[in-house]
Amino acid sequence: MNYLSWLFDPAHWVGPDAVIPARILEHLWYSGLAVLISVLIAVPLGAWIGHTGRGGTLVVGLGNGLRALPTLGLLVLLTLPFGTTLTGPLIALIVLAVPAVLAGTYSGIHNVDHAVVDAARGMGMRESAVLLRVELPNALPLILGGIRSAVLQVVATATIAAYVGLNGLGRLIFDGLAQRDFPQMIAGAVLVAVLAVVADLALAGLQRLVVSPGLQVNPSGVRSRARLHRRPDAAAVEPA
Amino acid sequence: MTWVLANLDRLLSLTLEHLYFSVIPVVLGLVLAIPIGWAAGLRPAVRAVLVNVSGLLYTVPSIALFVLMPVVLGTQIRSQVNVFAALTIYTLALLVRTVVDGLSAVPSGVVDAATAMGYGRVRRFLEVELPLAVPVIVAGLRVAAASTVSLVTVAALVGFANLGSLFTDGFQRDIPQSVVAGIVLVLLVALVLDRIIVYVGRLLTPWTRVTSRPARAVARPASPEVAP
Repeated sequence: MNYLSWLFDPAHWVGPDAVIPARILEHLWYSGLAVLISVLIAVPLGAWIGHTGRGGTLVVGLGNGLRALPTLGLLVLLTLPFGTTLTGPLIALIVLAVPAVLAGTYSGIHNVDHAVVDAARGMGMRESAVLLRVELPNALPLILGGIRSAVLQVVATATIAAYVGLNGLGRLIFDGLAQRDFPQMIAGAVLVAVLAVVADLALAGLQRLVVSPGLQVNPSGVRSRARLHRRPDAAAVEPA
Repeated sequence: MTWVLANLDRLLSLTLEHLYFSVIPVVLGLVLAIPIGWAAGLRPAVRAVLVNVSGLLYTVPSIALFVLMPVVLGTQIRSQVNVFAALTIYTLALLVRTVVDGLSAVPSGVVDAATAMGYGRVRRFLEVELPLAVPVIVAGLRVAAASTVSLVTVAALVGFANLGSLFTDGFQRDIPQSVVAGIVLVLLVALVLDRIIVYVGRLLTPWTRVTSRPARAVARPASPEVAP
């Protein structure tokens, strides 16, 4: 339990030397900013590509090709010209997050049942309404799935960004390494792991909350009809 | 380019180190994932637990896993075992799911036919179910290999020499050439491993080539497909 002494030292949580809450907030700030910018770029672009069908193979290829790209290399390469400011690492995080969101949005829109889209057109919806009121809500599970993997990637890479001079939870790991302060390293690693898992679970929860019940998939991978019929009762207990 | 030529020896030795750190965990992960995936397929409850646990493990950032390994395993912080164990866990997390999916996609008629022909459980698994699951497992293995090759570079941050050392050196001594060379070599290693996996996968599944070229199969029905 000696290993965990640093993590559970109250002085690191509250008071003048409370580094842990500060590092957590920094980590959330970098990650949140990068994911937000990526979503603002990738969701409209992915929706447009999915709606028009232009450039789809490029999106899929980009997502696959980027898997082998070493995040540390990208991070260092983008930090060298900008120095130790937020700019370089932030661009690296965005570059890593955009393909996941783009691929999720594209495949979400692209895979919406054609009959549904045709029905929407047949009802006289304009193209913009087809996209915003039919395709996007139907694509939501896959869009959120893309955002989820982007968040994972960003939270992990933001940790490594401490190596190129950022703060965040990675600071604890690299400071601990430099000072041979093993318990501090452990504290950083545990906190990053917990943050990543909590973020992922929170997004999974959000996914359940905002996705239309008709689209919810039960564990066996079959769209549940029963859920749809139970909707009136479920709505009564659901928190606002 | 001059930088690359001046450092050719070092680039070669780092590439070999990188291969050493990437190939062992991927092979180890594959060897472990097959029996675990098989066991998971037998009982839905085990399957649900394994899929959830592996999903959770995959969520943990690599740097955190490298640091936490000594605590979990009781190894020294400078021990290579930490890197191998952490990367094997990632491969496992990905592949257990793939193996389960691949095995459950084997047509039940084929499994029943093998049973009816007198295949025992183990022999049926090794000679019928596993070979038919190879294409799915190969697809998963390609993903695992690509991400492992990329993740190995992170181990350079905690002091293990591999192509990631080109990033740390490049950063500390402000040599962009070193960083670019590192990125190119990592992508190259990933590409080579990917080609090898695809090639071995084809060798193991000669029937997939027969069905994709039916004319040839009809022309020489008696001769078994020989790998080039």
